[in-house]
This record gives sequence, C-alpha cells and structure tokens, in this order.
Amino acid sequence: MLQIRIHGRGGQGVVTAAELLSVAAFEQGCHAQAFPSFGSERTGAPVVAFCRIAEQEIRLREPILAPDVLIVQDATLLHQVDVFQGLQPDGYVLINTRRSFDALGLSDISRKFRHERLTTVPATEIAMKHIGRPLPNAVLLGGFAALSGLITLEAVAHAIGDKFSAKIAAANIAAATEAFAYVRQQMEELAHA
Amino acid sequence: MLKQMEGSQAVAQAVALARPEVICAYPISPQTHIVEGLGELVKDGRLTPCEFINVESEFAAMSVAIGASAAGARSYTATASQGLLFMAEAVYNASGLGLPIVMTVANRAIGAPINIWNDHSDSMSQRDCGWIQLFAETNQEAVDLHIQAFKLAEELSMPVMVCMDGFILTHAYERVDMPAQAEVDAFLPPYEPRQVLDTAEPVSIGAMVGPEAFMEVRYLAHAKQLMALDVIPRIAGEFQARFGRDSGGLVRSYKTEGAELIVLALGSVLGTLKDTIGTPATGASRPAYGGCPAAGKCRPAAWARRCPLHIPPQRGGRSLGPCQSPGPHGCWLAARQSAPRTGRWPGRCCAR
Repeated sequence: MLQIRIHGRGGQGVVTAAELLSVAAFEQGCHAQAFPSFGSERTGAPVVAFCRIAEQEIRLREPILAPDVLIVQDATLLHQVDVFQGLQPDGYVLINTRRSFDALGLSDISRKFRHERLTTVPATEIAMKHIGRPLPNAVLLGGFAALSGLITLEAVAHAIGDKFSAKIAAANIAAATEAFAYVRQQMEELAHA
Repeated sequence: MLKQMEGSQAVAQAVALARPEVICAYPISPQTHIVEGLGELVKDGRLTPCEFINVESEFAAMSVAIGASAAGARSYTATASQGLLFMAEAVYNASGLGLPIVMTVANRAIGAPINIWNDHSDSMSQRDCGWIQLFAETNQEAVDLHIQAFKLAEELSMPVMVCMDGFILTHAYERVDMPAQAEVDAFLPPYEPRQVLDTAEPVSIGAMVGPEAFMEVRYLAHAKQLMALDVIPRIAGEFQARFGRDSGGLVRSYKTEGAELIVLALGSVLGTLKDTIGTPATGASRPAYGGCPAAGKCRPAAWARRCPLHIPPQRGGRSLGPCQSPGPHGCWLAARQSAPRTGRWPGRCCAR
C-alpha cells in the first residue's frame, strides 16, 4: 500500500489534490482512498489531506502517520509544521518551490533520505502561467507522476478532466504536463550529475 | 458501475435511485454534502417527481417528513449531531405513527464543547426511539443500506436511520459500485402506503389515547422491532441475490471462531479493527442493528470470555455510560472511557 500525505494551506486545494490522486489511481485500476483532516479549514491555515493506494481493498481509515510520499504545496510550512514526521526511509518528497532542498534549509533531509526521490517544482509559478490563479494542487500531481512513476500523467489528466469544466481542466492539464517535464528534466540532470 | 467518489455524493445518488417523492432537510456538518447533492439532482430534473422542501430547522425537517409520509409519499431526510437532538420530539412521533421515513445520520459528536468530529452519541441518544438503526462500515455499504432501508421501512411500516461516520465516510473518496436504476426499481417497488391522509375522507392520526391503547401501540412497536430481526437478513439476502454484494444484515463476524476476546463494534472503525486483528486469537464482530434486542442472535459474543463493546472515543470528554442495563448478549454495556487504566475492559460477558 502506498500512503501519501499532502500538506498545504486552506484555499490551495489540498483536499482536491488528494481526491484527484485517488481518482487517478482508480483510473489505473487500483483501490484508492482519499480523505481530509478537518478542523482548520480556514483560508491560509495549515491543512493536511491523505491518500492511500493499494492493489486490494483498503480497510483501515486512520490518518497517515508514516507516509511513503509527502507533497508540500506551500514551502512556508516547512519550518512551521513538522511535515517530514513519519516519512518512510524510501519515501518520496515533492515540494512546491523553485529553490533546492539545501537552499530551503533541508540539507539534513537530503542526507537522510534517498536524494533521487526528493525534488522541487515551482508549481505556483506554473499554475499562474497556465491557470492564472495560484492553485498548485493539480500541477504538483503532474510532478509527482514524473518523480515516482507510480501514477501516469495520463491518469492525472483524466482525473483533472473528470473534476473540472473543460476550460479549467485544459489549463490544469497543461500546467501538470509542464510540471511533469520539469521534474523529469531535473531527475535526468541528477542522474547525469 | 464502479466510480471513485465522495461518500456523501454516493449516498445522494443512492437515495435518488430509491426515488423519494419528498426530501426535506436542514444543513449541518457533516451531513451537508448529502442534501446538497440531492438538492442539485432535484433542481436539475434528474430526480423527478420529487419535491425538495427547504425548512428552517431539523424539527421542521422531520415534521415535514412526517406529514409527507402520512400523505403517502416516500420521504427522506438527513441530519447529524445537535440536529438530531433538535428533531428528537418529531423522531419519536415518526416511529409512534409507524411512518416508513428513511433518514441518514452522519454521525457526529454532541457539544458542548462544540465538536464536528465523529462519534455515535447522536444516534445512540435516540437508541430507544423506535427507529431501526443500520450502521455502514464503508461507503459501498452506506449506498447499499440506503436502498435496503426504504424496503425495510416500508415492509415493516417503521422508520429507519442509516448511520454513517461523519467525515470518515461522508468526506472520504473511495470506490463505489453504484447500482443501476432498473435494478433498484426491480428491488424496491413504488411505495404503497397502508393508510393515507386524504382531505376527502379526513381522519386524525396520533390522537390522544389512554394508557391501555398506548401500551398496545408500544407493544406493536416492540413486536415490529423483533420482526425486523428476521426481515433485515432476508432483505440483505434479496439484495445480495440481485446485486451480488453481501451488504447489511444483522451481525457479521471476522475471525471470531475460538477467540478469547471479541470486539463488538459499529461503523467504519471495523475496517481498522480488521486490519489490526492479525491472529485468530482475537476477533471483531459487527451488529448492524442498533438497540439490538437480539438475545440469542448475536452468537459471537457467547464464544468469548471477555467481550468489550466498542463505543467510539468520545472526544469531547463525554461518556455514554456506563449504561446500567444488561446488553442483548448478556454483556454489560460499558463505555470505553470507563475502562480502568489497567487496560482491562469492564465489559465482561456474563454468558458463561
């Protein structure tokens, strides 16, 4: 079972990101479960949402304390909330920023975890370019598809198409596709470095 | 058809498949998405004929459901938490009148302090109100139980609550196999009321009676609860024959054979319990039937030496119990909070 925790702030579409990820996994024939952590759903407040993906039926419904994947939609949370809590040794981390892990003050994270599974993508900038609003959620899912290969860009695009009207879906799919290419290029550079 | 969807939207669609003719509800978290979904289906003309009646409170919601049901309409409402308490007077009237109303309860704690999170104290507070309570473990089961609930209510002429854990189920996205309308129509025929309020031939219902007649009515209500013990599994069997899914029923056991410790629980916590129970030494069993006068029906409890009744944590610090009445299985019901710090459960099965 793959367990994903998404951190962000109220208004950034954190809950929708978990929902889209579960729909993408469903499109790929998996069982998936997405749910929010309610309580602080005010605009700007730290928000967490969860997604589980598995081959078989998912029975447990606890919040995810030991994630395999962390997606951080807002880098200002990094030194405010312990987003890395419980991250598994082989875990993936994707952070919405143009800066590197070292520049973010996360050198210890880079050393502790597998560096080829840690990356950043400027999802808000990409969202502004394609969507015209600072909504990084669907964009980051494109990045996650490139980082992990665990879900396909096609499945992410399908989930976005299911959720939004044609015009908004097209803009989000274009943004997710750009994030996918950005992360893939970063990973190739890392592989050749 | 398999879909990945939110529990509330799945329940809204399932209720629509049952073709209710009157829906009235007052919004309250975590029930809101269900009635929003139904409101949209009615407004778009996808659920027709159906009248969606906006009301000013939960008390009015149940009162409208009572009026609509007495006039012969298949009637539905939904609530949670303080909303259920606010409608309590009308809840008793619905069961006293034998009206087959179906209501979703999106289980949520009761304040103070105000708390939107899940526990079962709302529906448990109405345990003895004469309604049947069905509890869903998953969103698939929530869908299936709603379709079964209308059939159960109308066969027995008594109201049915379908309880689903607030947020944990209502706001969770998971895989749901949504039944086809034609299949639901074949399973659930149109509502044929036994008696209908009619202005051409006016009658009073629920009028003043003396103790003798009241006792008869209460006895009948009790007898119908006992009949439900046969009807619930039969309907679950008919559902399985048509839809191919084992959903609902009375009690379901998981690895209880030979267990020393059996946990009796309701709702979504069962999934986590099943994952937690790895060995055949312990087990989980689920009564899908609230109130449960089912002496002799809830067999698994008799196998175990100890039998705690799991009541979800009362996060507001309020406890349901200990309830000083013998439970249906010869167990003493005890709230989790009253468990002593030694870690031993107070609910000791008296069956042996």
